[in-house]
Amino acid sequence: MIRAVLDDLISARAAGTPVALATHLETGTQALVFADRSGGELDLDADTVAAARKAMVSDRGATVDTPAGRVFVHPFCPPARLIVVGAVHIAEPLVRIGALAGYGVTLVDPRRAFASRRPFEGFSVVDDWPDDALERLAPDPRTAVVTLTHDPKLDDAALGVALRSPAFYIGSLGSRKTHAARLHRLRKLGFADEDLARVHGPVGLDIGALSPAEIAVSIIAEITRTRRRAAVG
Amino acid sequence: MTGTEDILLCAAAWRKAGKGVALATVVSTWGSSPRPVGSQLAVDDRGDFVGSVSGGCIEGAVIKEALDAIETGRPRLLDFGVTNEQAWEVGLACGGKVQVFVERIE
Repeated sequence: MIRAVLDDLISARAAGTPVALATHLETGTQALVFADRSGGELDLDADTVAAARKAMVSDRGATVDTPAGRVFVHPFCPPARLIVVGAVHIAEPLVRIGALAGYGVTLVDPRRAFASRRPFEGFSVVDDWPDDALERLAPDPRTAVVTLTHDPKLDDAALGVALRSPAFYIGSLGSRKTHAARLHRLRKLGFADEDLARVHGPVGLDIGALSPAEIAVSIIAEITRTRRRAAVG
Repeated sequence: MTGTEDILLCAAAWRKAGKGVALATVVSTWGSSPRPVGSQLAVDDRGDFVGSVSGGCIEGAVIKEALDAIETGRPRLLDFGVTNEQAWEVGLACGGKVQVFVERIE
């Protein structure tokens, strides 16, 4: 790998620009493929460029048999995102485990006294009202949204925006009873049952989690299953 | 594809510091293999490394090839699998197979 390729890869990642590295597996010559352009020492045919762009969407590397030989296309995408609404107790382990699992984590809570607490130091915190925050963060198919506040004013505001987005996972903390009441309120706001079926509640896999850390594990486990089984980016 | 960023940054920093550096990347897997396609390992000319391409089963062999790649500049594609009695030494105990591409950072 020539230095220019390594430097371009690193700066694309720093800028959050999706890119794929194409490597000829015999010669080692390489090219970079961006969403709108490609280039490098390795000449790529249209099929290989298309395969590289496909890998950038699925976030999975692949080997491609080209007329010139085998080429490995290796996507380097910005991390998938986890948006956590509510700087509550469970958020403390959730933002950490989420970051460890590779997510770019953003914590949303308009209540300064909650969000500015020490456990969240070093994490990206947005103190706007959840609907404004979520509109601005614009969840995409590589984003998970989890609400934890238990406060309908805050949770419902976030869920409304999340449900209108292509977020791959939406979860909301609360008991079965709380969840039923939540769905009832959202239905009144005009969401159909098939929309509401996207909301995982009670949130997380049923592993008998009790402590905040265990609940965070169950939530990340459910997000992982949704993302990997469905093969979304 | 987590952790890849740090590996590239580390490789770049080592290179900047004047070290010889090679990068190993998992390019394909069959069956159960511990690290997914795209997993990377950076190795310097003293054999220090960051990242992983398996659960630890083949790192030793990959590092050996990486050191040779640093010296000769020749990229190579390595095949690992449970193929013979030596499986426990240079193969994957899990029964999977992986292909690892090793290249020098110029």
